[in-house]
Amino acid sequence: MPYDNQPAYDRLVFELSSPGRMAFSLPESDVPVEPALAAVPEKYRRRQPAALPEVSELDVVRHYSRLSQMNYGIDTHFYPLGSCTMKYNPRINEDAARLAGFARLHPLAAEALSQGALQLMHELAGMLAEIAGMDAVSLQPAAGAQGELAGVLMIRAYHEARGEKRTKVLIPDSAHGTNPASTALAGYEVIEVKSDAEGQVDLGDLERHLAADVAAFMITVPNTLGNFEPRVTEIAELCHARGAQVYMDGANLNAILGLTRPGDLGFDVCHFNLHKTFTTPHGGGGPGAGPVGVKAHLEPFLPVPVVARREQTYVLDWKRPQSIGKLQAFWGNFGMHVRAYTYIRTMGADGLRAVSENAVLNANYVMKRLEQHYDVAAPGPCMHECVLSARKQKKLGVTAMDIAKRLLDLGFYAPSTYFPLIVEEALMIEPTETESKETLDAFCEAMIRIAREAETAPEAIHQAPVTTPVRRLDQTRAAREPNLRWRGQR
Amino acid sequence: MSNVPGDLKYTRDHEWARQEGGRMRVGITAYAQEQLGDVVFVELPKVGARVTAKQAFGVVESVKAVSDLFAPVTGEVVEANADLAHKPEIVNQDPYGKGWMIVVTPADAKQWEQLLSAAQYEEFLAQGGH
Amino acid sequence: MRYLPNTPQNQRAMLDAIGVRSVEDLLVKIPAKARLSRPLALPPALAESDLVRHLRGLAARNADADSFTCFLGAGAYDHYVPSPISHLVLRGEFLTAYTPYQPEASQGTLRTIYEYQTMIAELTGMDVANASIYDGGSSLAEAVLMAHAVNGRGEIALTGAVNPLYRRVVETYVDGPGLRLREVPAPAGVTDLDAARRVVGGKTAALVVQSPNFYGCLEDVTAAAEIAHAAGALLIVVSDPVNLGVLEAPGRQGADVVVGEGQGLGVPLGFGGPYLGVFAAKQDFVRRLPGRLVGATVDLDGARGFALTLQTREQHIRRAKATSNICTNVALCALMATIYLAILGKQGLVRVGELSTAKAHYAARRLAEVPGVTLRFPQPFFKEFTLKLPKSPERVAARLARQNILAGLPLKGLDRKHADCLLVAVTEKRTKDEIDAFADALGKAVA
Repeated sequence: MPYDNQPAYDRLVFELSSPGRMAFSLPESDVPVEPALAAVPEKYRRRQPAALPEVSELDVVRHYSRLSQMNYGIDTHFYPLGSCTMKYNPRINEDAARLAGFARLHPLAAEALSQGALQLMHELAGMLAEIAGMDAVSLQPAAGAQGELAGVLMIRAYHEARGEKRTKVLIPDSAHGTNPASTALAGYEVIEVKSDAEGQVDLGDLERHLAADVAAFMITVPNTLGNFEPRVTEIAELCHARGAQVYMDGANLNAILGLTRPGDLGFDVCHFNLHKTFTTPHGGGGPGAGPVGVKAHLEPFLPVPVVARREQTYVLDWKRPQSIGKLQAFWGNFGMHVRAYTYIRTMGADGLRAVSENAVLNANYVMKRLEQHYDVAAPGPCMHECVLSARKQKKLGVTAMDIAKRLLDLGFYAPSTYFPLIVEEALMIEPTETESKETLDAFCEAMIRIAREAETAPEAIHQAPVTTPVRRLDQTRAAREPNLRWRGQR
Repeated sequence: MSNVPGDLKYTRDHEWARQEGGRMRVGITAYAQEQLGDVVFVELPKVGARVTAKQAFGVVESVKAVSDLFAPVTGEVVEANADLAHKPEIVNQDPYGKGWMIVVTPADAKQWEQLLSAAQYEEFLAQGGH
Repeated sequence: MRYLPNTPQNQRAMLDAIGVRSVEDLLVKIPAKARLSRPLALPPALAESDLVRHLRGLAARNADADSFTCFLGAGAYDHYVPSPISHLVLRGEFLTAYTPYQPEASQGTLRTIYEYQTMIAELTGMDVANASIYDGGSSLAEAVLMAHAVNGRGEIALTGAVNPLYRRVVETYVDGPGLRLREVPAPAGVTDLDAARRVVGGKTAALVVQSPNFYGCLEDVTAAAEIAHAAGALLIVVSDPVNLGVLEAPGRQGADVVVGEGQGLGVPLGFGGPYLGVFAAKQDFVRRLPGRLVGATVDLDGARGFALTLQTREQHIRRAKATSNICTNVALCALMATIYLAILGKQGLVRVGELSTAKAHYAARRLAEVPGVTLRFPQPFFKEFTLKLPKSPERVAARLARQNILAGLPLKGLDRKHADCLLVAVTEKRTKDEIDAFADALGKAVA
């Protein structure tokens, strides 16, 4: 760790507070204050001042700088977190998002006063539609889960507009949790479809469930085991033959840019995670953006407003009577749109294809190097990520979680663990295309070292991590006695 | 192999039931609490609520798992274990004793006969428990 | 390509190790008929300097709040953003970290969220706050769904003075569970409490009020709470946390859930997002909250540490039965708000509120002195108010824009009943000179 010359830092900003200190700069009022305050009725005014900290500007800067040093980020560590596409977040994206014309633009500025922003959104939607082979894209969803909600609501509106009452949505048991959660939120009963041992859809089970009351089948491509579903076009045809729509979770889009397109595979809807494939930063959990793309038959149901072009002018089109409505107060996470736009314009078509080719190459390389040491969940070749199982190590008393913690000590963030649920002791590794062979080799060597340690010195792994700001945490206590806010001295 | 007391009856969802006069005390088995790990929260029905055999009557949670509690029999809840609200760990410590969950007055006493015996439950566990 | 480090030699070595001849051999599972046989039809790649020029060109076609004097509000406000915020959130350890699922390697993010939860709970007067929802509109929608989950009732009463954009979001979210929305009218610019008593009843899951409301007027939240609670319904209050240095915490006025848009807490205007959905509630609902929660605990050595907790509520564990489908939230915006509140502190947030309301009252007086212009609602307000204009507000606003003044929001688009009105917001950043210039320009525009 680069900062281990510092003593452990264990402060909260409240614990730095000293009455009378200040870090803000506000002008004296140039208009009368008292009459205005008097015009706000007493009963609406705050009686007890909010107990916020009182600190200096340096206190603030140093405190948050030191807290930041207690994190692993892509900028400091290799982050092989499967399904999350933790690739390099280009700095030019941040510069673009901070241009005053974007960052300081009010969302309700008249259309004529926001033509540049609307043009950027219109062009980004068009580029995403081309990348996915879809006919139209809405940028409004704030995250993948909201994109899913929008997509499923559009499917529902489509069936209803055709006078069909369908009540169920089929989802594989290997799916991300947001799929069933979003689908249930949209008012559907969720039916789980079995995957076979390789994580592929059990076509027989799917066919059995595909009754007249099924509205859609929702599937992740490549699947959550990192494999391309070889019968995906058959699956889409089967669903369509039964009147069901097919939804593609685009979490793994980084594997297929320029190689194949959801629309060409037969999907009716797909969402994009701009914070995965299109390099907008994860920010410790968000914000992201989850645009949703649809085929023409679903276009009338897109969220309002739709950014449209009328000759040389860009407008917000609200007159869409069949729309599912709004998902956010305004137009979407525009700051993320600027970043994704910047990235796509940086890469171009050849660049994006090279992204996926290298992501696939890197993942297969890691899988190959580790296959002697860990069980592979599904035979390769994989796409942009591979799933290993620590079931061999578990027999020696070392779990996937132990391996994850040990990696932290060896200078790497951990792979995703215990997902997908259908793989025992899963370790899901997504190296991404922005990592070099040298980094992958170093990571593989760390994984191999841990596999050996599991045989020779498992107790050392159980102690891990020891180099992080804290050691393993008592999560049982955190859940049994929730302490969710600071309440004064410890 | 988990502790499976011989005087209780069981369900395939890993609940146990004990006859106490005309009532039935219900909890989860030692096997169930082992599978869950540290129990952090238990949600139970209120006294007076009706429960239906094989349907969920509550929820038990560990840090990273959540499991429905299924009623062994149909009937009315006459007691619910209030201690579990602030001491959920007793489900781990004493699943057949202080970690009980509800007491039910069965709508039909014959339901008892349809539950698994200890031997049957042990066999079910030996086959994998699901 | 500067983001792709694999050289042809690297690729060759890796392909050899894998035992295939080319990357194509790794793509064999993609059905041949679905392979894209042409390059994607995208505009050509641009070098950094050309791309910057292009982006600057797009940015220049927008009337941003640096080049224009901004009196626009309606849920997004031009408040002061202290300089350190941008510097700190650009630190790669914050910016490029994932959701803190490995707590030992994420203590920085976890601590900032714990601080954020503490500050929001304190400001709103509630017991607990979550780690954030996407924005004010989706936060309100989540609150409505939570109220339904808590008491199982099927109707939601929304007052007519709730931001109509938020109402549209709620309409979308309640479609799935099939909740019925009922409107409580607000003809005088504030909720008609007698009408509220008639609408709110045994079927009402929650009453929703916003204060200050869409028109800028202050609502009697305490009275609304009594009405909701008398019917056994929850009271959801939509509140702008920036105002809560001066305005009473909704929690002390009887709110069960407080939601709102936290953009004013140091988050850029950014054409509408990403913003910050604030969500705070009473302790009773802690296991029903949507979204992430961070809790304090200890590590193996007994040292204080922080971790995501009560995760069984969430989609990755409870799946179809989760309290919400939310996964990605807006952690970095919550960090901006945390740093903002640390900087403004106990005194600064009060000053922001005092200055904003002082300038707003001065502006209201000056603008209402313009012949033909009146305050539409004679109600107490805070930093925003509704003007009735003698001429088309769209045309007036367009004319003022030519003098680099964003005059406010013509209400016709969002609120047809008030098509002759302009909604004006005034933050602490506006100066007397700017307000005077606005009044002069308005006078000429309506003359």
